[in-house]
Amino acid sequence: MQLTNRSKVVVRKEMSLAERLYLPAILGGLFITFKHFFRKKTTISYPEVQRQFTPVYRGHHVLKRDEQGRENCTACGLCAVACPAEAITMTAAERKPGEEKLYREEKYASVYEINMLRCIFCGLCEEACPKEAIFLTDKIVHSGYERQGFIFGKDKLVEPVEADKRVDISGRLKAHRKN
Amino acid sequence: MSKIAFFVLAFLSIFSAMMVVFSRKPVHSVLSLIFCFFTIAGHYILLNAQFLAAVHIIVYAGAIMVLFLFVIMLLNLNAESEPHKTSAGKIAAVVSGGLLLLVLVSVLKSTDGLQLSASPDSQVGMVKNLGMVLYDKYMLPFEVSALLFLTAMIGATMIGKKELD
Amino acid sequence: METADLIFKIVFVLGVFGVSLVIAMYSTYAERKVAAFFQDRIGPNRAGPFGLLQPLADGVKMFMKEEIIPTHADKALFILGPSIAMLTACMTSVVIPWGSSLIINGKEFVMQITDVNIGILYVFGVVSIGVYGIMIGGWASNNKFSLLGALRASSQMISYELAMGMSIIALVMMTGTLSIREIVESQPGAHWNVFVQPLGFLLFLICAFAETNRTPFDLPECETELVGGYHTEYSSMKLGFYLFAEYINMFISSAIIVCLYFGGYNFPFLNSLGLSHNLTAILGTVLMFGKIFFFIFFFMWVRWTIPRFRYDQLMRLGWKILIPLAVLNIVITAVVLLFKYDLWNTSIN
Repeated sequence: MQLTNRSKVVVRKEMSLAERLYLPAILGGLFITFKHFFRKKTTISYPEVQRQFTPVYRGHHVLKRDEQGRENCTACGLCAVACPAEAITMTAAERKPGEEKLYREEKYASVYEINMLRCIFCGLCEEACPKEAIFLTDKIVHSGYERQGFIFGKDKLVEPVEADKRVDISGRLKAHRKN
Repeated sequence: MSKIAFFVLAFLSIFSAMMVVFSRKPVHSVLSLIFCFFTIAGHYILLNAQFLAAVHIIVYAGAIMVLFLFVIMLLNLNAESEPHKTSAGKIAAVVSGGLLLLVLVSVLKSTDGLQLSASPDSQVGMVKNLGMVLYDKYMLPFEVSALLFLTAMIGATMIGKKELD
Repeated sequence: METADLIFKIVFVLGVFGVSLVIAMYSTYAERKVAAFFQDRIGPNRAGPFGLLQPLADGVKMFMKEEIIPTHADKALFILGPSIAMLTACMTSVVIPWGSSLIINGKEFVMQITDVNIGILYVFGVVSIGVYGIMIGGWASNNKFSLLGALRASSQMISYELAMGMSIIALVMMTGTLSIREIVESQPGAHWNVFVQPLGFLLFLICAFAETNRTPFDLPECETELVGGYHTEYSSMKLGFYLFAEYINMFISSAIIVCLYFGGYNFPFLNSLGLSHNLTAILGTVLMFGKIFFFIFFFMWVRWTIPRFRYDQLMRLGWKILIPLAVLNIVITAVVLLFKYDLWNTSIN
């Protein structure tokens, strides 16, 4: 079966005099490297210049709030079921009277933890979520020295209430809704 | 000035020559020998024979001694692995060394004083004069020695070849 | 010797020494930059503007690092190795003519430390001692990789020294002198030796690569087989000396290539500009350094283009190709010289 037409049969013929001199080949090589000398450099000087992420980049998770600042998550557990790495655990709790401002529905997650050492950033939790509560953002997960620090609780996952500190996920949301 | 240089060089060359014999490690011996060659090259320069000095360094210090060092490094001889010498061998060495000394002393005594014929300002050592002498006065011996080298080279190639066809 | 002469000599010696060290220092920077540019990268750019202080940072790093002498190493020789490498690297610049001459207060000062009448042989002598630095260092480390590197280095350098010497013989036959200054002066304007000795130049260039242990002939320190070759066990500034000596050697061999084949401080139309003697001399020196920098760049250019030879290929190239070609070059030169001489003789009669 022929996959491509780029295959080449190796020919072991005697080299001609020009080939055996090697000098033309060396000059050709020198010319090739010299062309690269003036090419545009591919390096990105990291702290000053940052590479643009694609809108569908999957990084640090966020638990979204709605427009009124209430958590979207209802602790249904679908994300934990969908997670192939079994990184998500949660404990559900019932909303008490007076907490309507904090949680959108009657049930909410009192504990929501993602083990970032297990997470493979596949985005299946996001796909499974019926409430548009969890999203992967373009934020990079920081490195750390201890394993304990990689279990992210609600303090690191839920976005701030203040309107100006909300995490922007419009790019991902568009892709999410198209599916 | 040149007298001081001569005495310093002479002391160094004799000292390093003795180190060749006395040092326990073969590699140190070889290195002392190389140093000895350098001091001898210095003597050549004092005698205004720069060409000879340069050739001496290139050929002896630069090529032949490298091969010596090469072989000794590969053999990995150490002071510990040196074979123990029998006392009979030691006595024989002392006797033969003493005889050599006797001969040398008698030869030196028979010479009527150490008279150096060439003055240090002699121009014979310069490349141009040396070339003139070699290709003019001593043309035949020079060419014959070249032939000798060629024969030696061919012989070396024959030995180096694994199998003769 | 008069005091004026003495002062000029001392200043000049210090100048040459300082300049060769600074150039070697910035060659390390240039090498990294050039390598980066050939590979579409930027290269060091953090220390100072454009990373210009990088060599200083490297030097400080080298000095601050822990100095390790292996327990079973021969201590004296272990220290002697890099010292010899550095010493021989610095010794060669003595016979190189860096410019014609300066006239200060009506007195002529030659811009060369000393004009030995056997300049080329001196260079060869020093280069042949250079092997010892590597050999002693490699053996004293008491490490099999170091020893293998040292053996490779020595056999490689001896082999290529032969071809190098033979490629120069043709040149010496033409110019009739062994003094580098006289060779430079025999190629005024654009009458550079490279145009009459192209084969000799090519052979000399290849051998210069081998003598400085630069890629494609860097087998003594090839990382893929021998860890680091002869300097595997070295650390701190002793390693720095080995690496630094390589860059000084590169600078010096570029200077010698320029002197022997590219007219040294001669440049076309330089003498017809009508400038004063001193200005012409200084301009000649500047142009000579331009040529030297081109060759240093060429050394780097080749390093980042061509892969390393295999050891048997290296030996075959040296003994079976370069030496016969050098002999051929000598024969051709001799025939041409004889023919020209005959022609000249008959035309006179």
